Amino acid sequence: MAMGKGYARAYYGTEHATAVQRKSSAHLLISGVSNAYTLEVLRVFGNPILQVLKGLSFESAMVPDPKRCNSCKDSASSRDSPEWTRPSPFPDEVLDRVLSLMESHKDRSSVSLVCKDWYNAERWSRSHVFIGNCYSVSPEIVARRFPNIRSVTLKGKPRFSDFNLVPQNWGADICSWLAVFAAAYPFLEELRLKRMAVSDESLEFIATSFPCFKSLSLLSCDGFSTDGLKSMASHCKNLTELDLQENVMDDLGGGWLSCFPENFVTLEVLNFASLNSDVSFDALEALVTRCKSLRVLKVNKTITLEQLQRLLVRAPQLVELGTGSFQQDLMPRVYAELESAFNNCKNLHTLSGLWEANFLYLPVLYVASAGLTFLNLSYACLRSNELANLVAHCPSLRRLWFAVIIVSKTEVLDTVEDKGLEAVGSSCPLLEELRVFPADPFDQDIVHGVTESGFVAVSRGCRRLHYVLYFCRQMSNAAVATIVQNCPDFTHFRLCIMNPGQPDYLTNEPMDEAFGAVVKTCTKLQRLAVSGLLTDLTFEYIGKYAKNLETLSVAFAGSSDLGMQCVLGGCTKLRKLEIRDCPFGNAALLSGLEKYESMRSLWMSACNVTMNGCRLLAKEMPRLNVEVMKDDESDDSQADKILKIASLETARKQM
Amino acid sequence: MEMERQNDLNLKATELRLGLPGSDEQPEKRNNKRASSEMDNSSDGEKGDQECAPPTKTQVVGWPPIRSYRKNVIHAKKTEADAAGMYVKVSMDGAPYLRKVDLKVYKSYPELLKALQNMFKCTIGVYSEREGYNGSEFAPTYEDKDGDWMLVGDVPWEMFSTSCKRLRIMKGSEAKGLGCL
Repeated sequence: MAMGKGYARAYYGTEHATAVQRKSSAHLLISGVSNAYTLEVLRVFGNPILQVLKGLSFESAMVPDPKRCNSCKDSASSRDSPEWTRPSPFPDEVLDRVLSLMESHKDRSSVSLVCKDWYNAERWSRSHVFIGNCYSVSPEIVARRFPNIRSVTLKGKPRFSDFNLVPQNWGADICSWLAVFAAAYPFLEELRLKRMAVSDESLEFIATSFPCFKSLSLLSCDGFSTDGLKSMASHCKNLTELDLQENVMDDLGGGWLSCFPENFVTLEVLNFASLNSDVSFDALEALVTRCKSLRVLKVNKTITLEQLQRLLVRAPQLVELGTGSFQQDLMPRVYAELESAFNNCKNLHTLSGLWEANFLYLPVLYVASAGLTFLNLSYACLRSNELANLVAHCPSLRRLWFAVIIVSKTEVLDTVEDKGLEAVGSSCPLLEELRVFPADPFDQDIVHGVTESGFVAVSRGCRRLHYVLYFCRQMSNAAVATIVQNCPDFTHFRLCIMNPGQPDYLTNEPMDEAFGAVVKTCTKLQRLAVSGLLTDLTFEYIGKYAKNLETLSVAFAGSSDLGMQCVLGGCTKLRKLEIRDCPFGNAALLSGLEKYESMRSLWMSACNVTMNGCRLLAKEMPRLNVEVMKDDESDDSQADKILKIASLETARKQM
Repeated sequence: MEMERQNDLNLKATELRLGLPGSDEQPEKRNNKRASSEMDNSSDGEKGDQECAPPTKTQVVGWPPIRSYRKNVIHAKKTEADAAGMYVKVSMDGAPYLRKVDLKVYKSYPELLKALQNMFKCTIGVYSEREGYNGSEFAPTYEDKDGDWMLVGDVPWEMFSTSCKRLRIMKGSEAKGLGCL
């Protein structure tokens, strides 16, 4: 590009010469760009790392064009820096270049707020749009604002739909979006959908309407079947990704896999772990063989160990692997071949699947486990000693998910699961994320499972822990205080004490001090889920200390409206609030009027809110979508479930 | 322990309900919002209007907050693992009747052999790969899936416990034939 002579290259945290764009925009390579202007652009985002650029000296600068950007004077938001009061001509090329490196949608939102020119520059350059709630904006508005979108991420139903709290046929159907996209974005390449309703017709529509379509990711969606997958496989000639996770779908058979044409070679990601039917192994092996760029392969449990070995031999370049069933009577020769196949997978960093893992065969993994950073054992159901043995071979682990099962009733019950966690604490010092799922959540006979001591053990050994999801049956305030003292960097703290309203099992007191410790110590906390016996004090703590909190989940907690009022009043960055079975009523609901517009959504169910309260809310805040879901039998005044979405539209269109 | 918070929440006055509106999947309306254990003797009147007859466990809708996909997998695994135990017949030469043992209860050969020795009041001795149980009065053998009689101890425990169909404790003199390759 025809720029002035001087340019500066700035590297932060990377030796690579290519643009490395991280989520926080902290690492940015600027080349071929006049830095004087770049500085102004970047300073707007307040990114401290980019402030360092100020110190760099430049050889020359672009001559500014005074005719441009007169409209910069009427900037939408006058920034703190006084420089914006002077006319600041800014060549398009510079801004466009910088914007092309910018992927974070939060940064892009900031850009678009500076002035009209920047708004326009940003909207024309955006290629990926993230819509956190499909009812917050209409597809028409999206299409009007962003003409060049190639990739869309859409989230639909409230999270509590995962737990059957949202009625069937609630909505979040993708089809109205697809109709608009087909007209506005004929070159659409990628769709990432979460909790959307997707039909087979929609999948066929995608497959046939977007000739450049490459990447489909469906997470917790519902409404489709394997017939829809057949359409995708048959028609998408350039498909690189088919990622299916935890969807509620009809598995009518594995024939879809055989629909990929023989000359189809572009697949990079294939995840069908959540499907149950047999697929043609020959078709799968052939597919894996010819797709040389395949880096993620997650098969379902119908694939045997012997078949897995054959697949691995074809795809040693895999970066992420989800095995099939890990239980089979193996001849020693096959065992050796399997081990050798794993040994050849030099790039493996994620491992999952391992259904019905027979611990005898886990050692085949050891040759590949030194490089593992993410191990998902949720479905392996290992015993504690088996887990301990496995993680001892995974020193590089960053993320661990597991569920531990008791098989024999003769085992000592109260600490055996904790032993697995102790092993994690001592073997995996780099651990950042831990998710422990309950042994058997609905078996009330089992009163054991992991306890607080397992959690404490992990916190002692894994000081970098910042994300935890922990299901347990007993917890104490003291233990939680110890844990956050060991690991003050928590950004996500989700603790589920499985008996609702359960107090500290040592002192019989509420668990207020536990969560008080969490919010006081963990200043970076973004997401919090509370449980156990909690009074309003917990929420006072949250409102007072959790200044970075964005998502809060509350169930069976609180004593009065004050609790919710504290949260709404104190948590300035709150975006998502989901509440069930709490004694919060209309006063609490209405105390948050000013807050709701800046939030993505509020969910309240089985609380004390009435229809009148909802009506008042809707009246006071006409720009909010306020939706009430009522049981047929409850009386008219009761609002059973309320969902509020901050929206640009006045009404959520029904399906 | 169950915390009785019904009164704190003053639920009677508001008569809150759970369950999906108009849904057929939840035929029972649950008034009680606390997870109640079927093992609890319902001493509290609140639960009186519920079916306390097991085997269905009364649960709060959507609690604990685990996706149904995950809970199905775990539950299936457990059922499979716990199903019925693995009882096999054990006969001992000279004993008038057979016994039965649950192989699932044991985690290793020494545990099993100890139990057998207790059960039949005999000594089985120590296993060696070369000699089998040579030198001891009795030798444990088993019939595997293929119908062959094998010496107990040759294969890894898990392999043994999944392929063993019945056990026979042979007199040492007879077992000599099995001890050699």
